Formats: sequence, structure tokens, C-alpha cells
Amino acid sequence: MNEPNLISLPPTPVAQSVSPENPTGAPDLPPPAPSAIRKFLNSKSSGRVPDGAFRGLMFVCALSIFLIVLLILFVLISSSKLSIHTFGFKFFTGTTWDPVSGDFGALPFIYGTVVSSLLAVAMAVPLALLVAIFLLEICPQFLRGPISFLTELLAAIPSVVYGLWGVFVLVPIIRDQAGPVLEKYLGWTGFFVEPNFGVGMFAASVILAIMIFPVISSISRDVMRVVPPSQREAALALGATRWEMIRISILRNSRIGIVGSVILGLGRALGETLAVTMVIGNHPDIMKNLFAPAYTLSSVIANEFTEATGDLYLSALIEIGLALFLVTIVVNAIARLLVWAVTRNNSAVAH
Amino acid sequence: MNPLLVRSENTERMLNLRRKISNHLVTALAVVATLVVLVPLIAILGYLLYKGFSSLNLAFFTKPPAPVGEEGGGMANAIVGSGVILALASAMGIPLGIGAGVYLAEYGRGTWLATAIRFTADVLNGVPSIVMGIAAYSLIVAKQHHFSGFAGGVALAIMMVPTITRTTEEMLGTVPQMVREAALGLGIPKWRTVISISLRTASPGIITGCMLAFARVAGETAPLLFTALGNQFFGVNLNQPMAALPLQIFAYAVSPYDEWHRLAWAGALVLIVMIMVSVTLVRIFTARGALKGGQH
Repeated sequence: MNEPNLISLPPTPVAQSVSPENPTGAPDLPPPAPSAIRKFLNSKSSGRVPDGAFRGLMFVCALSIFLIVLLILFVLISSSKLSIHTFGFKFFTGTTWDPVSGDFGALPFIYGTVVSSLLAVAMAVPLALLVAIFLLEICPQFLRGPISFLTELLAAIPSVVYGLWGVFVLVPIIRDQAGPVLEKYLGWTGFFVEPNFGVGMFAASVILAIMIFPVISSISRDVMRVVPPSQREAALALGATRWEMIRISILRNSRIGIVGSVILGLGRALGETLAVTMVIGNHPDIMKNLFAPAYTLSSVIANEFTEATGDLYLSALIEIGLALFLVTIVVNAIARLLVWAVTRNNSAVAH
Repeated sequence: MNPLLVRSENTERMLNLRRKISNHLVTALAVVATLVVLVPLIAILGYLLYKGFSSLNLAFFTKPPAPVGEEGGGMANAIVGSGVILALASAMGIPLGIGAGVYLAEYGRGTWLATAIRFTADVLNGVPSIVMGIAAYSLIVAKQHHFSGFAGGVALAIMMVPTITRTTEEMLGTVPQMVREAALGLGIPKWRTVISISLRTASPGIITGCMLAFARVAGETAPLLFTALGNQFFGVNLNQPMAALPLQIFAYAVSPYDEWHRLAWAGALVLIVMIMVSVTLVRIFTARGALKGGQH
């Protein structure tokens, strides 16, 4: 601090010499050389008005997040009014999707979305948890950075590139290599039956599993990381093996958060569009066979929206979007609450 | 615990053996799982590099698409279109997101309103991108009666906001209270403190957040399908349908022409490189931010 009197206080002795021209007793000094801060403080911008205005502006920004969600909801409801009035709840139980005769039922799409997402979660969760455990507890230090970076790269690949890879690499593999094997050993279950063209429910869930893996893995790792070290140490001190320590102190303490991360992954899978559209075959049927083509809520929108002729068709598609919006909001809200519950509890423990 | 104590030495040894085996089994499983996960990643990236590089040439960056059946052509219009749409989205989304983050961290800390907004932002983050596309369609395209790059930009901007808001808030939370108090103690008004002290201190982290949001929307296709629509020609008019790299990749990937598949791979490579570069920059920024952030 070379200039200690940035805001120069009046030296007290001067204040005593009150002259007639200066009845207030204010210092009778030559004005100090105005510093940058003083200049700023004396300018208009330091008043109450800009402070309030800035606060108001930030408030509007924050409030706009609410408004965006409400606006989306309002717009979706108002543009799907026609379909809601025409079909009512039957929309979600009807199995025919016939734009020509104007009969719209969304059940095949709901089935496709739910089944492909659940399958993807079933495939991704064990892998994701094992990788999270590996990175936290087992992995040597020098590998931790590169591997976690690589798994995070999976999250950075855009959906359309997954789709491209799915169409030209995954689908042929499922058609020519994996398919026959699955059919031979699991064909009796009825889930893997010929004809197998590669595109279908199975390909879609594999792609989805790859896509949601980083979400589940990284969030569950975050949740596991906040387990207090004392918990680990206690288990190890009692003679637990590493796996017992992981099970008793890490998994048990972070289970709610792990469930949250899984639901977040599910939410991502439910809304995923492009990659699924490119490999699922796009056929609105409800089939037990996982090799059969299927259709999801998001891919029917992606495929048919720009070609929708007629108000009813368009509004039926928008109603599907509305359903997707509401479902993902509920799913995400539940997941966030679970993750929050854990991180809040544990940060309280840590203090 | 009692039954354990009365067990014979033999059973205890067996038990210990089982514990050891399950321990090693899980360790092995975790290692295998990690390898299994790395396979598709390396397969995707490797195939992309191989296919992309063999299809990439100068024409890809300089020429608009050639008509079907003709050799050559590129995606220059899509690269430019993506740039324009992303610039528009950033121009709208980044200030809005940072503003909301500033409110949450500097003004609303601890209030129920801030909690509600934070929660809404998290939930908005999980809304499928295709729903954003429909919303932008109904709000803008349906009203204007034509597709436009502008509508696409709006859809992407909305998608950027929650990520930026949450990172801004988190980063501002790491700014020590002392620094703020020092500024306020000098008589500097709150707004100036926020801009010149809090935001300045937290800027590496906030920039990281913005780039993460950018990287995320850069590859989004679904919200552009019925807003920007795509365009075979050069154009920077935001009022017209506009080409975008992800849209073009999608259109070419599902087409029946080998030449277009080739271009799709090249496009995917360019898109990935774009995103990877921003993610790597993010890493550099976060590393620097972590160094600065260790003042406690």
C-alpha cells in the first residue's frame, strides 16, 4: 500500500479550527488529489439506484428460469389442446398410430421408451458402479486421471455421432456377430428371436447404455466420495477386506445418492433422441422380441414432426412432447432430491 | 456375533478364505468393467478418426454440399451455420445464465426462492432437448410461419442457461467472504463488488461452465430439427432456415448414398474435434482455477 490515504480521512486537529466561512466544521483543507476510488465513489454510479437496478436485473435473470419452465409447459399444453380434447386419456392407452385416418394412440411409443431406457439402465448401472468403485478405491493413482478423463469423454460425444457409430458399426455387429450367439443361448426366452436386422430395441438400449454410463458413473463417484474417511477407516480397522469395507461403509452410506444417480441416468435415457432414432428401426409395435424394431416417444417426434400434415397430427405429436416433458421433470426432480439428501447430510457430517 | 466365536477353527478359515475370494473377485470385476467400458469409447473414437480423416479434405471446409450423385462437395455452409447459431445461443444464454447464478450466489443465498430456482435449474437441465425444439417451434416458428436459424439459437440458448447458472453459483460460492467484505468496507457499492471482485475472482470457473454448456449444445441435433431445419445453401440470414453441422450429419447418415456417409463421418470428426478442443480448454482452465481457489 503506497497510498495509505486512498480515502483520505480529515486529520483531527484541522477540524477544530472552525472558520466563519465553514460553519459545518468540515475540514478546511485543499482538496486531496482525487484517487480512483474516490472519483468512483463520488460519481453517480455509486448511488443507490444502480445498486437496486443491478440487483433487479440479476433477479430477473434468476426468475427467467422459472418463466422458461412455465412458458414451455404453457406452450406445450396450448398447442396440444386439440389432441387432448379429441382423445383424452385414451391417447396413452391406444395402440394404433394412423396419421391417415387420424387415429393416434401413444402406447407403442411409451412402451418403446420405457423398455429401451430400463434395459439401458440395467446394462449401465453395474458397469458404472464397478468403474466408480475402481476409480475411487482400486485404481493406482497414475491411472485415475486418464481413465476418468476418458470416461468423461464419452459424455462429450454428441448424440448424433453415437447414432452414426451405431448405424455403421454397432448394428452390423448385432446383426452378424452378437445376434446369432444371443439367439442360440437365449432364444428360448423369447427375447432374442430371428429375424434380426440389427436395428431394433436391443441396439437402441446398447447405445443408450453407453450414453448414460458416464452420467451414472460420475455422479455416483461424487456421492461415494463424500463418505467420511472415518467410516472407511473404521471398517478397515475392524479387519474388513477391501470389498467388505466398500460394501459396509461406502455403498451403504451412499445408497440414496447412487439411486439418485441411476434415476438421473434414466431421465437422460428417456429423453435421448437422435442416437435412438437412428438404430431403433422406428416401427410402432409392441413386441417381446428385443431384435424387433420399435419406436420411442422422442424418435416419433424427431421423425414425423416436420412431415405432420393437419392440426390433429401435429398436436398429437406435441402432446407426446408434453408427456415426455412431464415424465422427465418428475424423474429428474426425484433424482435431484435424492442426490441432494445425501450430499446435504454428508456435508453436515463432515463439519 | 456370538456364533462366530464358537465356530471351529476350520470353519473360520473357510470363512476367511471366502471373504478373501469375494474381495479378489470384486476387484477383478471392477477392473474388467473398466476395460469393458473403455472398449466402446476407443472403438467409437478410433473408428471416427479412421473414417473421418480418410474422408476429410479441403473441399469439406470450403464447399457447400454437392447435388446427389456428384462427387465432392463439403459442409462449409453447415460449419458456418453452426457457428452463427451457436454464437446467437451464447449471446443469449451466457448473460442470462451468469445473471441468474449471480442472483443465487450473491443475493438469494439461503432464501427459499433461491432454493426453488436452483432446483428448477437442475430440473430444466434434464428436460430432453427435443422438447426444447418443440417449445421453440411452437413459440417462434409457428408464429412466424417459417423455420429460422433464430428459433434454433433460442432453443440452444435455453439449454445453456441451467448449466451456466449452476456453475456460476458454485464458483461464486468459493470466493472467500473476506474479499467481498474488504470491497464493501471501502464503500464500494454491492453491484461493483459483484462485478469487479466476485465475478473477477471466480472467472476461470465461470468460463469453464460456459464452455461446458457450449460444448453440450454444440452437438445437439434434436432442438434444431424443426427450428433451424437445415439448408443446402450458404446463408447467414437468421430469418431463414439454416444449416448446422449436427443436422447435416444426421441427414447424411440416414441417407442411402455412400458419398454422403463419407461426408457424415468427416462432419462427425470436425464436430468432435470442436467439442474436444473446448473440453480440453476447460480442463486447462479448471486446473488453473483450482490453483487459484486454494486460498483457504
